[in-house]
Amino acid sequence: MTAKAIVVSDLAKNYGPLKAVDRVSFSVDAGEIFGFLGPNGAGKTTTLRMLTGIIRPDGGTASILGHDVVRDNLAAKQVRGVVPEMSNAYVDLTAWKNLLLTGELYGIPKKLTEERSERLLRQFGLYEKKDRAVKGYSKGMKQRLIICMALVSQPPLLFLDEPTSGLDVESSRLIKDIVREVNKSGTTVFLTTHNMEEASQLCDRVAIIDRGKIVAVDSPEKLKAKSKELQSIEVSFDRPIDLGGLAMADVSKTEKAGDKYRIYTGNPDAVIKRLAGFAEEKGLRIVTLNLLAPSLEDVFVELTGKGR
Amino acid sequence: MASLSMITGQVKRSFAVAKKDMAIYYLKGPVIIFGLIFPFFLIVAFMLGRNVPVKDLYPGIMGMTVFFTATSVGPAIVPWEVRSMTFERLVASPVATWAILLGDTEASFCFGLIISLLTAMIAPLIGVSILHVLVFGLALVLATICFAALSILLSAYPPTDTPGNTMMLASMVKFPLVFVSGVFLPLGQMPEWGRLVAYISPLTYYTDLVRYSTDGVSYFPALVDIIALAVFTIVFMVAAIWVHEKVLTRRLT
Ligand SMILES: Nc1ncnc2c1ncn2[C@@H]1O[C@H](COP(=O)(O)OP(=O)(O)OP(=O)(O)O)[C@@H](O)[C@H]1O
Ligand SMILES: [Mg+2]
Repeated sequence: MTAKAIVVSDLAKNYGPLKAVDRVSFSVDAGEIFGFLGPNGAGKTTTLRMLTGIIRPDGGTASILGHDVVRDNLAAKQVRGVVPEMSNAYVDLTAWKNLLLTGELYGIPKKLTEERSERLLRQFGLYEKKDRAVKGYSKGMKQRLIICMALVSQPPLLFLDEPTSGLDVESSRLIKDIVREVNKSGTTVFLTTHNMEEASQLCDRVAIIDRGKIVAVDSPEKLKAKSKELQSIEVSFDRPIDLGGLAMADVSKTEKAGDKYRIYTGNPDAVIKRLAGFAEEKGLRIVTLNLLAPSLEDVFVELTGKGR
Repeated sequence: MASLSMITGQVKRSFAVAKKDMAIYYLKGPVIIFGLIFPFFLIVAFMLGRNVPVKDLYPGIMGMTVFFTATSVGPAIVPWEVRSMTFERLVASPVATWAILLGDTEASFCFGLIISLLTAMIAPLIGVSILHVLVFGLALVLATICFAALSILLSAYPPTDTPGNTMMLASMVKFPLVFVSGVFLPLGQMPEWGRLVAYISPLTYYTDLVRYSTDGVSYFPALVDIIALAVFTIVFMVAAIWVHEKVLTRRLT
């Protein structure tokens, strides 16, 4: 059995009548990148803020690396870094001063903070601007600084709330690379996102959360495989044709997209054979034929019931 | 649970909070200029239209300087930080709420003390001699801590993120306190009811101590004044931590 970095059971938070987080339970293994995936308002930030000891849960318990986030609050905070949803460095201070302050708040010897800060700032391409007030930083620079600040204590556990949202491709890629890198050096990562692509690129496992409840927890590939009936076949012929009359078993849905048809099925083998026969009968030439695996997005839409 | 090393560690972190406050909120041109000009306006305002030798005004000037400088910025810090979301950063770091508030108090204390010490130095210029230097110094330090703690208490409730609200509220508390505190009139010359009201103000005891250190006469024995200031300090500090902790979750949601 692997050690658990995060254990959450029946965690709940209400805002008036709204159950923002509704008795959520899951655990995160030490060393993995765990994604918390959900649409806007699903309760991702609320969960993360409870796990990081910023707001108190209304029910349930959570512990990180063995420290209860409520009872053992300071010890729990000491062993993790946080990158919050909204950038919150001191804009009147320079990047360098922000990092030194963070080091002091974590009780790190000054010399060590300076060494680490210099290395992090170089790694994130901020070293040349380290003596400028953060006020003058762009959004992407601020986000990179916030991540430096979360890493300066070299925490064994790192929380990130939508770390790449609103950033350009280059900044996003830099941040994703760094997340992978710190993970490789042994840091457990918990991140929230509503970007499926990002989740499937980064995460060992994802939890899908919707309206305060977890609807699935698994690796991205297994989640995709679970939704077999979401496989699809893309087909087009040399002339327009109505597939509507083509009766096929095992087909859950047929969509026309431009000059192509997209056929969702749990049994692609039978459908492809049937399509070949159909083309033969009608003297059609098949121009394209693709078997498409379900995307995490398809799974997500299926599980959260969105887009129906 | 709360071991000694944990407490000293937290106190050390409170210095980091204080240093940050100094850099961001206090060491700003307008704030320092206000702090320095304020006592001189007081002297002028006190002297105009009064037939009192300026040296008799010294306890009042010291009292008001310490009181207003130590409480000048404190009430705005927490709401300001809540608004700029840096408060969430502090709360997210491994620093106890009491240590964050202690840090804010330390910053108010440093600012108040520096300006008050500069003001104290006008004593020889206006013919005031300080008879009991030790009592004068102790009273100054104690009063500055006391008012600094009060300034943090004033930002506790309501848990707003608008600095203007707490500043307004603070003024509503601060100005009446000054008027009842015997800064204009020695306690002995006040009517009975005035004296009763004056007992509830910590500024009363500090002004009395300044009178004692400069004139050698005071209304209360110096020890009583000192104990009263110490009690007020503890009450303000404990109340500030208690109320801030109570409303913390509400503040952050
Ligand atoms: N301070 C608050 N007061 C009242 N309701 C709140 C508060 N914070 C969050 N909520 C509600 O709780 C629910 C969950 O919010 P949360 O911020 O956790 O969502 P999220 O998954 O992080 O969404 P997003 O992707 O938009 O960041 C939402 O319906 C939101 O309106
Ligand atoms: Mg969110």
